[in-house]
Amino acid sequence: MDTDVLSAPYVLEYTYQRSTGPVIGRFLTALRDARLEGVRTSAGKVLVPPLEYDPETGEATGDPVEVGQSGTVTTWSWVHAPRRFHPLDRPFAWALVKLDGADTAMLHAVDAGTPTVMATGMRVTARWRAERTGSIRDLECFVPAGGASR
Amino acid sequence: MSAPPDERPPVTVLQAPVRLDYTVTAGHHLSTYLRALADRKIVGGRCPECHKVYLPARGACPTCGVPADAPVEVADQGTVTTFCVIRIPFDAAPFPPPYVAVAILLDGADMPIFHLVRGIEPDAARMGMRVRAVWVPDDQLGPTLASIRWFEATGEPDAPFEAIASHL
Ligand SMILES: [Zn+2]
Repeated sequence: MDTDVLSAPYVLEYTYQRSTGPVIGRFLTALRDARLEGVRTSAGKVLVPPLEYDPETGEATGDPVEVGQSGTVTTWSWVHAPRRFHPLDRPFAWALVKLDGADTAMLHAVDAGTPTVMATGMRVTARWRAERTGSIRDLECFVPAGGASR
Repeated sequence: MSAPPDERPPVTVLQAPVRLDYTVTAGHHLSTYLRALADRKIVGGRCPECHKVYLPARGACPTCGVPADAPVEVADQGTVTTFCVIRIPFDAAPFPPPYVAVAILLDGADMPIFHLVRGIEPDAARMGMRVRAVWVPDDQLGPTLASIRWFEATGEPDAPFEAIASHL
């Protein structure tokens, strides 16, 4: 028997295409227009990103609500070595960002340049792509309020 | 390329591909089987206790619990034990549908392999059908089951059900 063992790349790929439903579809359509939208629950909370059902009551959520382009980092984690499918090709932070006017925080990237800039409670602002298609990637990332550190 | 935002219809569909990049390590037994394919040979392993021929060979016979890796070359022809006619197209389909995927019990083996049968009408696929390997040209042979392009009907009479009954 041969003692050398063969190995080879093996790619498993599912090319899923999903229906968004009306609530996420509206959120993505707003991103295409460089706007951030959530939904209001019956208790008056604003959920961003929107959910179809209120996690507290199970009721369908209500009207869309536009929120601010800036927000506050509630927690974050630094990525020293971005991987191929990450939103940025340089070190960045994954962060939960509570947008102004929202009651929940949204996961996205912060292009901060260096982790020493990052802090819970820091203010960040959306940076949009010029070509937008109706995807979460239309929002390229957040940058520290007062200017990108690029 | 894209229209002004308010002229485009609302977003209703999301592309959400999932991709996993693996490196598969074949292990000794599978490597032996794959290397043999590059020489137009199909090599399994026999269990010394129950004498079953596994294809590829196994580190242990699941029935007897002993190594089942005494190399045995099996034939490149055999009997269809079961089949499926693919009629719905998908991205990785090897041919435009309809086409026939089969489990084949190669002569001398006790475990079927999975492959395709070409050159028959899908409705002609059946259990017991005798088929033989169609190998790729020499310059395309490699340590992969793709060295067998597909199987074709031999034209022999079908094998009786009893010949495959214990291998289904
Ligand atoms: Zn055995």
